[in-house]
Amino acid sequence: MMQNRPSVPVTTIGGYLGSGKTTLVNHLLRNANGRKLAVLVNEFGDLPIDEDLIESQDETLISIAGGCICCSFGNDLIGALRDMLGGSTVPDQILIETSGVAIPSAIVATVALLTGLHSDASLVVVDAETVRTAARDDYIGDTITRQLSDADIVVVNKGDLVSDTAKQELADWLSDVAPGSVILPTEFGRVAPDAIFGCVAEPSHGLTAHHSDALFESITLHPDPIEDVPNYVHRLITENRGIVRAKGYVYDMMDQCWLIQVVGQRSNVTRSDQAKQNGLVCIGLRGRCDFSGLRP
Amino acid sequence: MSQTTIYSAKKIITMNPNQPEVTHVAVRDGRILGAGSLSDLEPWGAYTLDDRFADKVLMPGFIEGHAHTMEGTLWRNVYVGWFDRMDPDGNIWQGVKSIDAIVARLIEAEAKLADPNTPLSAWSLDPIYMDNRRVTRHDLDRVSTDRPIGALHASGHILNVNSKGLELAGLLRTGINHPGIPLGADGLPTGELFGPDAMTPVGPHVGFERSLTDCDERGLRDYGKLCVRAGVTTCTDLAAQLTDDSVAMMLRVTGEESFPACIVPLKAFLGTTAKDIVDYMLALKPKSTERLRLGRIKAIADGSIQGFSARMRWPGYHNGAPNGLWYTAPDQMSDLYHRALEAGVQVHTHTNGDQATQMALDMLEPALRAHPSPDHRFTLQHCQLADAAQFRKMAKLGMCVNLFANHHFYWGDEHYRLTVGPERATRMNACRTALASGVPMSIHSDAPVTPLGPLFTAWAAVNRITASGRVQGEGEKIAVADALHAITLGAAYTLHMDAEVGSIEVGKRADFAVLDTDPTACDQSDLKDISVWGTVQGGRIFAATDL
Repeated sequence: MMQNRPSVPVTTIGGYLGSGKTTLVNHLLRNANGRKLAVLVNEFGDLPIDEDLIESQDETLISIAGGCICCSFGNDLIGALRDMLGGSTVPDQILIETSGVAIPSAIVATVALLTGLHSDASLVVVDAETVRTAARDDYIGDTITRQLSDADIVVVNKGDLVSDTAKQELADWLSDVAPGSVILPTEFGRVAPDAIFGCVAEPSHGLTAHHSDALFESITLHPDPIEDVPNYVHRLITENRGIVRAKGYVYDMMDQCWLIQVVGQRSNVTRSDQAKQNGLVCIGLRGRCDFSGLRP
Repeated sequence: MSQTTIYSAKKIITMNPNQPEVTHVAVRDGRILGAGSLSDLEPWGAYTLDDRFADKVLMPGFIEGHAHTMEGTLWRNVYVGWFDRMDPDGNIWQGVKSIDAIVARLIEAEAKLADPNTPLSAWSLDPIYMDNRRVTRHDLDRVSTDRPIGALHASGHILNVNSKGLELAGLLRTGINHPGIPLGADGLPTGELFGPDAMTPVGPHVGFERSLTDCDERGLRDYGKLCVRAGVTTCTDLAAQLTDDSVAMMLRVTGEESFPACIVPLKAFLGTTAKDIVDYMLALKPKSTERLRLGRIKAIADGSIQGFSARMRWPGYHNGAPNGLWYTAPDQMSDLYHRALEAGVQVHTHTNGDQATQMALDMLEPALRAHPSPDHRFTLQHCQLADAAQFRKMAKLGMCVNLFANHHFYWGDEHYRLTVGPERATRMNACRTALASGVPMSIHSDAPVTPLGPLFTAWAAVNRITASGRVQGEGEKIAVADALHAITLGAAYTLHMDAEVGSIEVGKRADFAVLDTDPTACDQSDLKDISVWGTVQGGRIFAATDL
């Protein structure tokens, strides 16, 4: 029944209570740009979804404009994921908003057990103003550093509340506790969805990346057939170009189509069953990325 | 006009200090009309004298303050535990002492299954007693390679499956990278699945459904039989999901004339907001009946000590394992306590590690200042590693505790050697310190983790003997009288039910444990061996032999 469906990318969104996970999720829903997103949350808190986005709602499901949904899974995440894959409409991307004390890497490992899904990125949201204090708390400090230690992407929220000096100190601290992660500073959860999502935009969505704020810039490459695709991707991410995200399809000399998904230093390069339009989107932080030599 | 029956007994232990022992008890309309001598009771008017208990000892019906009715459902699987255990029908299943014996028992059960696709499910596996020998899919493959097989461990936190079970779940492959799924030399999973994250994707393929924590209809009826066999007349279900369907089912089953116990289910605070669960409890409470008491919440602070998921204070685990996991964030716990105190809804909180206990204390104190609540009786469940200072704090905050006395017997040696080391293992489940600090206390089995049996639990608290036969924590032993109080009035108090059950005195529900011998007269090392004839619940007589 679902053999021929492409595997659905799953992003886990972790972070302690009050870090801004819900704000980020709302921003992503607001800027879904045609993607069908399914958001899974433990429970519907006071305001899981901004009211103006809601089309209809019952106890466990909120329907959102543009074909997105938000479900509460209570205590049964795996059951909810199974139900979702077995349903008639399979989403383009699943977001799991974890509880404040969950360890996202544990959820990533579990997602990998289910056929039809793959883990796209583990994202952790932190509050720029309070995270370092919280990380010293007797009760939750080690939970917060554990959340960060395996993150692929750290969204540093509420950047408007701290000084430039504090921002730099925070960046230094994060490079220690979240090594190997991409750090995305933001305010009010405004992160470009393309930087978050691994799902590759279909041509109908427009390959010119559209960003909702000025923090990001991107380039779309249409490389000629490539001799060694994994090596090509390896070079792309180790050349210190500041690429946050790269995703899309390219072809090798044998006319084999490859799917490329890059988050920071981590890449996933697989042969694609289907022939897709050649195009690789690379996204970086404005002013901190170097696309020189890549532009066609 | 209502009938009065006066029962004579060899001895009636009342738990009423004004007349601790009597010979007769009068019952009318399911309640105790009076306890005393026959001449004390005769003035109540016409009666029938019933001598069926003339050679028995009556106690107040036992109250189990922490168990799970899911045990009733689990008995439909094959029992593969180390210790002998009685099923709902009264059959004693011999403990299995080797992997070969487990395989042999499963082969026997497998032969009785007609449909080749039906999973074969077993429960209560505990290789700790077999020199910690790891059980693998190859062991279970000796039973069958075609039929999916699963064996749930006694802790409930580990599942062993055979190759077919892994295959059906799509996990009989290389490349799996999951902390709860160990791999063999061949790169394939060994068949051991640690923790719910690893268990849940495979469970349904080997006969363990999603909502494992809840019993089903037949399971609840079977659980009622276990209660009778253990002398239990009031039992918690800690914690249930309490969906509309499960509440309807529990109301129906407990309402049956033949159902022999009062069930007190607590709803788990997981996957819901504090506001929603408190509102839901307020709405459920009025649906309570004589035999189903609704309206309480169970919060869960941390995991388990032997699973290394309990939250420990410095210096942490004895073997250096990293600190455990929070199941509920401190801020959420605080939110729950504030709202529940304000609404007058009782919360029982699972804490295993001493840091989890401290967190609960730290969150409750300010909530109590904000919402002064005399007689809240918020209770810490398990609370296994609490130290003396924490018990003193509990007393000051008006809290109760329900200690896991059975745990000490089953896993005490493990804690001594491995998890927390000698000093803290010795103070685990510190019943004597709790009582000396003035904390109202009960003790529990956590069935199905250990068997339902308050007399065994009392024995464990009195003798503090571990499975290997060592006394662990001489200074925390309690007297027989204190242990009997803990399994009757003590437990009733933690549920705000001490005015209606827990002792044999006028006005209370006619709930009795009917025993063949006297627990106050036997050697205290024989407490666990006292045989239970059955119970009287709400005046209805339930003989274990007639179930």
